[in-house]
Amino acid sequence: MFSAEITLKRLINIKLFKKQYMLSSTISSNIEESVFKGINKINYTSSLGINEPSLNSPVPIFRILNDTGDISNNCKSIIIPGNNELIKMYKSMVLLSIMDKILYESQRQGRISFYMTNEGEEAAQIGSVAGLHANDLVYAQYREAGVLLFRGYTPEELMNQCFGNVDDLGKGKQMPVHYGSKNHNFVTLSSPLTTQLPQAVGSAYSFKRFENNRCTIVYFGEGAASEGDAHAAFNFASTLDCPIIFFCRNNGYAISTPANEQYRGDGIVSRGPGYGIATIRVDGNDILAVYNAIIKAREYVMNNTRPLILEAMTYRRGHHSTSDDSTAYRSKDEIKQWSNKNPITRFKRLLEKNNLWNDQNEVDYANETKKQLMQSFTIASKKNKPNWREMFNDVYHEIPDNLLEQMNSLEDHMSKYSDHYSTE
Amino acid sequence: MAFTISFHKPSALTNTVKILKRSLNTTRVLANKQMTVRDALNSAMDDEMERDERVFILGEEVAMYDGAYKVSRGLYKKYGEKRVIDTPITEIGFAGIAVGAAMAGLRPICEFMTFNFSLQAIDHVINSAAKTFYMSAGLVNVPIVFRGPNGAAAGVAAQHSQCFGAWYSQCPGLKVISPYNSEDARGLLKAAIRDPDPVVFLENELLYGNQYPITDEVLDKDFVLPIGKAKIERKGDHITFVAHSKGVELALDAAKELSSVGIEAEVINLRSLRPLDINTIIQSVVRTNHIISIEQGWPYAGIGSEISAQIMESEAFYHLDAPVIRVTGADVPMPYTKSLEIAALPQINNIVDAAKKLLGV
Ligand SMILES: Cc1ncc(C[n+]2csc(CCOP(=O)(O)OP(=O)(O)O)c2C)c(N)n1
Ligand SMILES: [Mg+2]
Repeated sequence: MFSAEITLKRLINIKLFKKQYMLSSTISSNIEESVFKGINKINYTSSLGINEPSLNSPVPIFRILNDTGDISNNCKSIIIPGNNELIKMYKSMVLLSIMDKILYESQRQGRISFYMTNEGEEAAQIGSVAGLHANDLVYAQYREAGVLLFRGYTPEELMNQCFGNVDDLGKGKQMPVHYGSKNHNFVTLSSPLTTQLPQAVGSAYSFKRFENNRCTIVYFGEGAASEGDAHAAFNFASTLDCPIIFFCRNNGYAISTPANEQYRGDGIVSRGPGYGIATIRVDGNDILAVYNAIIKAREYVMNNTRPLILEAMTYRRGHHSTSDDSTAYRSKDEIKQWSNKNPITRFKRLLEKNNLWNDQNEVDYANETKKQLMQSFTIASKKNKPNWREMFNDVYHEIPDNLLEQMNSLEDHMSKYSDHYSTE
Repeated sequence: MAFTISFHKPSALTNTVKILKRSLNTTRVLANKQMTVRDALNSAMDDEMERDERVFILGEEVAMYDGAYKVSRGLYKKYGEKRVIDTPITEIGFAGIAVGAAMAGLRPICEFMTFNFSLQAIDHVINSAAKTFYMSAGLVNVPIVFRGPNGAAAGVAAQHSQCFGAWYSQCPGLKVISPYNSEDARGLLKAAIRDPDPVVFLENELLYGNQYPITDEVLDKDFVLPIGKAKIERKGDHITFVAHSKGVELALDAAKELSSVGIEAEVINLRSLRPLDINTIIQSVVRTNHIISIEQGWPYAGIGSEISAQIMESEAFYHLDAPVIRVTGADVPMPYTKSLEIAALPQINNIVDAAKKLLGV
């Protein structure tokens, strides 16, 4: 047991929670109903001022755990998952990080062609998916493999995808790391940035129409938030009243571009008010904070049928991808400073303090996981590639005559030059 | 109409092919200087930025990071942040800003990380850059170069592997260039930057690191190549291969292989997709009576389709001994897995095969 006290508190808090998702704000007295179509309320003033945004105080960051893994004293009405769930969350983080190491190294050795790690963002991923419902639809960017793993997509399936082998659900058609699984309500990733945002709004809109009690969550980087599609998505989600959580992983970089060159506002949440969208900013390296924020966000979007922007402040500790060397644009000190703030360690400290985890557990779990992952890796690497005919499938529902013709002529060609092609 | 297309004259032709001596027409390069396509592009921008204050570069990662493929290496250091600008990730934004800057007198080089992402910005390229000179009756011109890697790289699947040659070439108002080697890259990029019209400059990631021989003339600061002129890379009398970019490499390799069986292919490097140097193609076909177009893009309404149609409408048609054949990428989005990717792209033996079939050998 975590502690009886906290479990009890949890039950009470859920009730409390339900009453308080509506945020209030102070409204001064000279506000009138609007006569202008373009604004909702009027506030006349006789003093000419410039509203200088840099003078506004920054949107606060919600956090529960401090760096040493202690729950902050003045944290009120928070939800702590049950012990089994806590351990599942922790193990998922570790699994993700070990898998990252193996696949990253395998790319360095030329075993797979491309990989992207999740290092540093484990809490943001696992904390968020743990607070969602299993049938909430996920649109991801590419750095959210943990979300899939937590939902039960197996490391084997993930490796099959990276190898593009015969068991890859995507049949070798999509790039490595571009996972997707209908069973896990996870839409297949798409390479052009930010296209997932308006699409996610479209899905949320259809959920609203179906009244099926589902919402959409869409993950995106602070860099992707610069694309025009982000604007379109925010504005449509707001004007169409869609139940969607926009989950921004603000990890400080977009490849080599630091966030302070990407935009000049107060992060991504500061865009919310402009679109009339509610926001939460959370410490993305604090898994409990992310978990609580997402539960609150989900309640808000479902009960109000409104969008919400959730910004998780974190740090991309790894390189952007295996094509990148981040030491070219950031200092070793900077990286080191952040490795001291490892979200896994922070969570582990909490579990250790509550006797839910210890060093022996750590060693056992890490060894077992490594062994299993290496085994899966070997199996996935040895599997055949999809049959070459697969190249012509799924361009259309039914394969058209011109492609059939091509398939036949390729067959002839391949038998003629059989030494050039493998026939597996 | 009195003409015949002779599909089946293999015997006569085979004999001629055999009798003809192999003519070794490969252009000899005197100087043994080599340059990569990447350096050629880089030096072209460097020259033109030095020559003209108005020239500047903008795009994602072009400055501090030296470009996603290091094509703008060192230029930020040399010219500073006023002239080499890292942008937020907003293709539609920086393409629009490039159009506006060009309208107001600057000469932007707008880099797309790949042309696949130019789709986010295509309205500015087509509806504004290409059409404004016309719509303003010649009052406002838009001298921009939109450049970046195009077409299939390796192992990056459908959304990173499309050739936009046919797309952009279809639009009047644009000039579209697709260089093959370092000489092309340098001479044509310099020409594009100096050109008063908007130019779409389609590079190929797989060629960036390739070294090609280069002469002192090409290294000269005033060296430019004419836009709209093709180059005969290899002389031959039996069949014409017409290709652009990576396709030229395939065509040259296929020609080499065919040469060992006595077939001499003429290889035309298009260099420019619009304007298209149809005269060079026609003159070649009049001699060889056979033509194959080669491209990595899709067959449907592709560059080969356009060449084929223009040949049909020209004098060259009467000189053909066989139909025009297009060797292209397969009519499917690019798959990822290597074995499927190979099958989806034109290979040397596809060209060799097609040539032999066409010549009836
Ligand atoms: C339309 C488009 N433009 C550019 C790219 C190239 N690109 C891939 S990832 C990336 C950086 C994205 O950064 P961010 O959204 O912050 O996500 P992070 O990598 O930090 O998780 C860029 C520029 C792309 N995939 N699509
Ligand atoms: Mg980022």
